Amino acid sequence: MPAQDVRELRIVGFLCNWCSYGGADTAGVGRFSQPTDLRIIRVPCSGRIDPLFIVRALLNGADGVLVSGCHPRDCHYAEGNFYARRRLELLKRFLPVTGFDARRFEYTWVSASEGQRWQHVVTEFTRRIHELGPAPNFNPASEMDWNALALHAAQGQTCPCHG
Amino acid sequence: MHNIAYYPGCSGQGTSTEYDRSTRAICQALDIALTDVEDWSCCGSSPAHTVNHVLSAALSARNLAQVEAMGMTRVATPCPSCLSNLRTATHKMKDPDFQSKANALLDTPYRNTVDVQSVLQVLAEHVDPEYIKSKVVNPLTGIKIACYYGCIMNRPPALMQFDHHENPMAMDNLMAAIGAEVVPFPLKVECCGASFGIPRGDIVHKLSGKLLDAGRRLGADCFVTACPLCQMNLDLRQGQINDALHENFKIPIFYYTQLLGYALGLDRAELGFEKLCVDPRRALGKIKQPAQTR
Amino acid sequence: MRIGVFICHCGSNIAGTVDCPSVAATALTYPDVVFSTDTMYACSEPGQDAIIQAVKEKNLDGVVVASCTPRMHEQTFRRAVERAGLNRYMFEMANIREHVSWIGKTKDLNTNKAAELVRMAVEKLRRNRPLFAKRFETVKRVLVIGGGVAGIQAALDCADGGQEVVLVEREQSIGGKMAKLDKTFPTVDCSSCVLGPKMVDIAQHPNITLYTCSEVESVGGYVGNFQVTIRKKATYVDWSKCTGCGLCVEKCPSRKHPDTFNEGLCTAPSINIPFPQAIPKKAAINAASCIMLTKGKCGVCAKVCPVKCIDFEQKDELVTVDVGAVVVATGYDLFDWHKYPQYGEGRYKDVITSMQYERLLSASGPTGGHIKRPSDGKEPKNVVFIQCVGSRDRSVNRPYCSGFCCMYTAKQAILTKDHVPDSQSFVFYMDIRSPGKMYDEFTRRAMEEYGAQYVRGRVSMIYPQDDKLIVRGADTLAGTQVEVPADLVVLAVGAESARGAVQLGEKLRVAPDQYGFFVESHPKLKPVETNTAGVFLAGACQGPKDIPASVGQGSAAASKVLGLLSKKELESDPAVSRVNPGRCVGCGKCVQTCPFGAIKMIEDRFGNPKAEVIDTVCQGCGICTVTCPQGAIQLEHFTDNQILAEVNALCPPKMFANFE
Repeated sequence: MPAQDVRELRIVGFLCNWCSYGGADTAGVGRFSQPTDLRIIRVPCSGRIDPLFIVRALLNGADGVLVSGCHPRDCHYAEGNFYARRRLELLKRFLPVTGFDARRFEYTWVSASEGQRWQHVVTEFTRRIHELGPAPNFNPASEMDWNALALHAAQGQTCPCHG
Repeated sequence: MHNIAYYPGCSGQGTSTEYDRSTRAICQALDIALTDVEDWSCCGSSPAHTVNHVLSAALSARNLAQVEAMGMTRVATPCPSCLSNLRTATHKMKDPDFQSKANALLDTPYRNTVDVQSVLQVLAEHVDPEYIKSKVVNPLTGIKIACYYGCIMNRPPALMQFDHHENPMAMDNLMAAIGAEVVPFPLKVECCGASFGIPRGDIVHKLSGKLLDAGRRLGADCFVTACPLCQMNLDLRQGQINDALHENFKIPIFYYTQLLGYALGLDRAELGFEKLCVDPRRALGKIKQPAQTR
Repeated sequence: MRIGVFICHCGSNIAGTVDCPSVAATALTYPDVVFSTDTMYACSEPGQDAIIQAVKEKNLDGVVVASCTPRMHEQTFRRAVERAGLNRYMFEMANIREHVSWIGKTKDLNTNKAAELVRMAVEKLRRNRPLFAKRFETVKRVLVIGGGVAGIQAALDCADGGQEVVLVEREQSIGGKMAKLDKTFPTVDCSSCVLGPKMVDIAQHPNITLYTCSEVESVGGYVGNFQVTIRKKATYVDWSKCTGCGLCVEKCPSRKHPDTFNEGLCTAPSINIPFPQAIPKKAAINAASCIMLTKGKCGVCAKVCPVKCIDFEQKDELVTVDVGAVVVATGYDLFDWHKYPQYGEGRYKDVITSMQYERLLSASGPTGGHIKRPSDGKEPKNVVFIQCVGSRDRSVNRPYCSGFCCMYTAKQAILTKDHVPDSQSFVFYMDIRSPGKMYDEFTRRAMEEYGAQYVRGRVSMIYPQDDKLIVRGADTLAGTQVEVPADLVVLAVGAESARGAVQLGEKLRVAPDQYGFFVESHPKLKPVETNTAGVFLAGACQGPKDIPASVGQGSAAASKVLGLLSKKELESDPAVSRVNPGRCVGCGKCVQTCPFGAIKMIEDRFGNPKAEVIDTVCQGCGICTVTCPQGAIQLEHFTDNQILAEVNALCPPKMFANFE
């Protein structure tokens, strides 16, 4: 989904150096075109990703956060992605409690040879974030925003912050 | 007791009435209740699907909608060609666009809730072979049978999802269960020539001749088939094949339902042996009569 | 801090869809950036010189290069900034090629993204600090896993280069697949005559320790200092005494289990020496079929053995060795052709694999080199070869070309004519792929001199007719269907990754690709290296290869090992974890999570427990950093502050007016 006609949204990616960053490189070498919204931060291992990095990104207004590591059992550091899986799954379940829409965060596994899979992951995640739209402001600035929220709640819809 | 909707198909009303009759007879004998699809119509076979896929699927879907209207979720047909069309329609209508196109042609839209199976699949997958064995009165001991499935009973495998697409065994197992000796017929799923019987008889002569030849080499006394068109090509045209290939085949071609009915001791009139072109008496004579103690 | 930014055009690779001068101009507005420019090829010699010159002239103390992936040129630029007099870690890279210009088509979006990635790199660099590598000694010994021709070559080259070698082979004898072959293409020279002397060299080389019937149990450590545990499986024969006389093999009464060396074409005695040239030439008992081991009585072998080396009580044994480097040469396995229903799924005895045919052709095979078909022992006249069985076929998840089948089929067609002069070979093929010295000439000879009939097309079915097999296929050049009555059908089965390769990869931390072949570090420039330092690949474990390529790679891997171990000391990556003792509460969680045992507990001078990182053991994964509840242990070069700075660069913190 090219973002020409829509405003780019802010998507932050945390990728492990050995598999997923390589997979993103492979996708680039293969010229597999992708939406341009994603910005990738390289870390040595998905086990290096502190869930608080993700929370910080969301707090700072990121519209989506994508984490990708080596497939389970393929970790360059033997077991880093097992730690990552536990931490990130916990985070995913915990996000709604803190008022974030858990759909704005995803973690997945892409190996260095899976360029096409990376293209698919990025395209699908970007599509999802665009469907969700820009992240709601945690701090409704005007009275109008508050009224809109109250109206939502009155109609039995979930609060966009607490989706 | 199985309760299944039954779609007879047009051949069952004409060239293969004995298949239809014997199918009904064995199902009754094996406690499978068949309820005819009300006001059934053409499945959209050969002419329709060569012209228009939507029309063909709509014709099938009409019948399947009838099954839904009967409040049933499973329909069985004896004819592989009907089976193929009905299943193809079911598959294609999983695509919402296609479904709306096809349903636009129908009074009652089809909701795609019906599972289509062949009668053979019902027998192979839903009836315990031991139960069939227990019902046998005339075991087919002494007769050697080549089982011929035809090209579309199991193929394409992803669509039909029944048995093995290169080496199906459903009929082999069924015939073995009722006491016959089944020869390892290698051409089970080869083409008989199908509808070429009308425009290009020579093709049918060649292809069906090959099947008969392979059966004869293995010492088969007869063939069993599950397809009206296969049966017609091998049986009705056996004389033509003999003329064209300078051969002298005399191999009776049964529907598997006929021999099953024979083994179950059903009324011969229901089985329609008299409809066969190649005289089956010599083959049936090979069956060792059970000791006359009863 | 004074930062310089260099935006690379990479010819038109980046400049085609990114406005590089504009990115450079934007970069100048970032904090601490005092110099910014765009450059045609940053990695070229003039490009690197320009960076060095700028560092010196502008008095820079940090450099950002925005170009290709850091996986490609990070080392190149680190060396360049080092030459300029900076610490190599005062450098950051922004990937604006693989992650920007090659995947997005809209120039202004790309330009914006590139500028943001540069901003991220600048913010990270502002928090970098100089890091200095430590040095450590290496163990001068190499482990070679797999005793096929690639492993043999690697072992011999390493041993000749003066290193100690430990060669581990899963089977009873080394030799691998090549030992089973009759002749080799394109010279048609005898396989065992070529390989045999090399196998003997392995046995006799003073620097080589050979473990057969053995597998790698576990691998610990890191480059230069691996600890490897090898499981020597019980053979129930004391090999220090066994002379390989073969008396037990002759007398063994249990001779029913399939002979794996002969590809199941015949049966083998339960105590056996797989083939005459086996190295080591020692007997071993197959525990699954031995009467003594299964039923508890027999012991004929123990009675006849002149040196009394049979030991029914023998157990698996674990051996631990320290090595500095590892060569993986685990080879390949043959595709299981039973996945193809059209070839009969094993119903027809006279449909065999190409490897079985090799055994039929071989003078040391079950038929003594006379071609006899399995069903009735008759000599076949019409032999049909079917190529690409398990190659280039997506329907069985084998879309790759196995590479050597075209050649060995041509060889087998030639040998068929040699063995049975009045025979006729037919080869069903898709394309003939014979790149290589004298290769295409060789396939031509099979057709022209030896009269093999090549039919371009796939086979749709094989069915029996009387005592023949009818092979039906398409002749796509003639546009017809063909049926060939065959006496024997040989399936040119393709190569797939070796059984157990994926599990071994887990132990070695070498990733397999989707088909189970090990992934090399770079497909062109680092073909025998892996992403795990000190582990190298040789032969078909990296992808299907013929003998010359496997031997070449064996030697290549050996030269890499010799290069590595020729250094007296290695430098460790200084991007490792560091404990801030002031914050450490001594909970020991980091010790528990570290996969490498690189953290130990010490006592500070007040007797408080503290964690300490062993620099040379730490691999720099950063798992401990996330685990630490105090933020006391930080992975250098990827500290919390550095990563958060990147996050903040992408998503600037908001000011919440009413939170105050």
